[in-house]
Amino acid sequence: MKKAYFDHIAATPLHPEALQAMLPYLGEVYGNPQSLHSAGQQALAAVESAREEVAGLIGAASEEIFFVSSGSEANNFAIRGLAQAYQAKGKHIVVSAIEHQSVLNPVKSLEKLGFSSTSVAVDGAGRVDPGDVEKALRKDTILASVMTANSEVGTIEPVAEIARICRSRSVLFHTDAVAAAGSLPLDVRALGADALSLAGDQFYGPKGAAALFLKKGTRILPLIEGGIQEGGRRAGTENVAGIVGLGKAAAIAKSEMEARTARLRPFRDLLIEELPRRVEHVVLTGHRTDRLPHHASFCVEFIEGEGMLLFLDMQGISVSSGSACTSKALKASHVLLAMGLDHALAQGSLVFSLIDGTGPEAIDHLFEVFPPVVERLRKMSPLYTQHLKERTP
Amino acid sequence: MIYSDKVMDHFQNPRNVGVIPDADGVGEVGNPVCGDMMTFYIKVKDNRLEDVKFQTFGCGAAIAVSSMVSEMAKGKTLDEAMTITNRLVAEELGGLPKNKLHCSNLGADALHAAIENYKDKQKSEEKGASMAVDLHEHEGCACPYCDGPLEEGEAEYCKACQIELEECPACGGITKKGDATCIHCGKTLAG
Repeated sequence: MKKAYFDHIAATPLHPEALQAMLPYLGEVYGNPQSLHSAGQQALAAVESAREEVAGLIGAASEEIFFVSSGSEANNFAIRGLAQAYQAKGKHIVVSAIEHQSVLNPVKSLEKLGFSSTSVAVDGAGRVDPGDVEKALRKDTILASVMTANSEVGTIEPVAEIARICRSRSVLFHTDAVAAAGSLPLDVRALGADALSLAGDQFYGPKGAAALFLKKGTRILPLIEGGIQEGGRRAGTENVAGIVGLGKAAAIAKSEMEARTARLRPFRDLLIEELPRRVEHVVLTGHRTDRLPHHASFCVEFIEGEGMLLFLDMQGISVSSGSACTSKALKASHVLLAMGLDHALAQGSLVFSLIDGTGPEAIDHLFEVFPPVVERLRKMSPLYTQHLKERTP
Repeated sequence: MIYSDKVMDHFQNPRNVGVIPDADGVGEVGNPVCGDMMTFYIKVKDNRLEDVKFQTFGCGAAIAVSSMVSEMAKGKTLDEAMTITNRLVAEELGGLPKNKLHCSNLGADALHAAIENYKDKQKSEEKGASMAVDLHEHEGCACPYCDGPLEEGEAEYCKACQIELEECPACGGITKKGDATCIHCGKTLAG
């Protein structure tokens, strides 16, 4: 069976060079980086060199990089850690309505501890208006968090402008760059971010290795307390092999980014152009041009995402959906609802995110398989029957 | 795979999909908010379900459930068909994932609604008067979005959909808290 993987946003394959770099640390180099003996120091050297590589990807200094276990941990760490470190100054947080749950849920938890928050709305393309962020800032606002790019709809947010506004009001700015890092050129200095989350499994690194950038001089409270790893900000023995893989993937991403983008963007544009042409009532979600270079997302009217996902999977095609049925909580995507889509349309969400190495044959396979899948499900759909009835006079 | 082989079989090869244009009874349950909607059409002859067809908007489980119900119901008497429960359907399918039991397992409800609709039509024909068909008579105790039962005293929250609900002051129906308008009567709700 022909295979086509369009689920970059869920996980990217591990780059073979990252795997090779990791292997010694799953084998002969097993020392604990905190040990003073040479076995430990060898592991420490690997961790520190990975720190430099990750810093290099985003224009940071290596001492500003803190390794964590996942993008979700990085986000939790930033939101909880910064809010609690700066709470003497104020207890108000500003977030966008389309942040990942790993930003929104810690904010909710903080509200139980006496913090308050303001959610900034987005437009129909999923864009945050920096002016709206400015309006949401209060005297007691200590932290604002807006993602660099949204993984569900691909839209890139005007984070540099938002960071500038926050800085002028002495508000810390965090950006969840998990979907963007490795795919978009990022420079924390140009961006003006105080904190930034990234995860290796979004740019061909291993799962379980991620990082939080924290601008020098920024205080933060640890989520995990214990030893003095990561400068005392994140206790626990380092995931040495994972960190090494993350570092290698970051170095490759930096040198390969332009070429990867050049390879994937034409396919993205082809999907955006062609899919709605080949199947009626398919609408693009997110911004048409200001979006991740590997990301094309749609809502297919009158049918639900899980059915499409399962039928496509039977044809060897892997995709994501933001429909209620595909989520464990059975809730429709808060991102699509925040963009003003109605529930029925949001249920038809389908996200195609391309990985490097995708060729025209994968796209052709999708174009061949997709229309009959949609037709099959629409034949079963009461909403489609209703639509046909309304259309025929 | 999250689904049993039987669920996947019914999802891929659903039985009895379609519309009966001159149906004797039509039943609808569900709402796109929850993700699943089912419409059942029945043809009744000599108190038996001569034909059952359905259309479903929803996930793999919802499609499989509808298909299973249609198969279980076809040929049964109306009384027999009324004994088919959502639980029996799930069992017959070899089980459903826990989180799908509420939202997607509405097939029996849709079938029963179609039978009720048929019975109501019969009654109104007997009376020679047209009666409005109330498809939503269970609303007092069911989530309007997924039709899942709301526990006594918990009418303000649907566990399955994880949404807060409230009673519409205008019509008394259960609707989603925070929505601009009531899902039933369309009246503007107080913020």
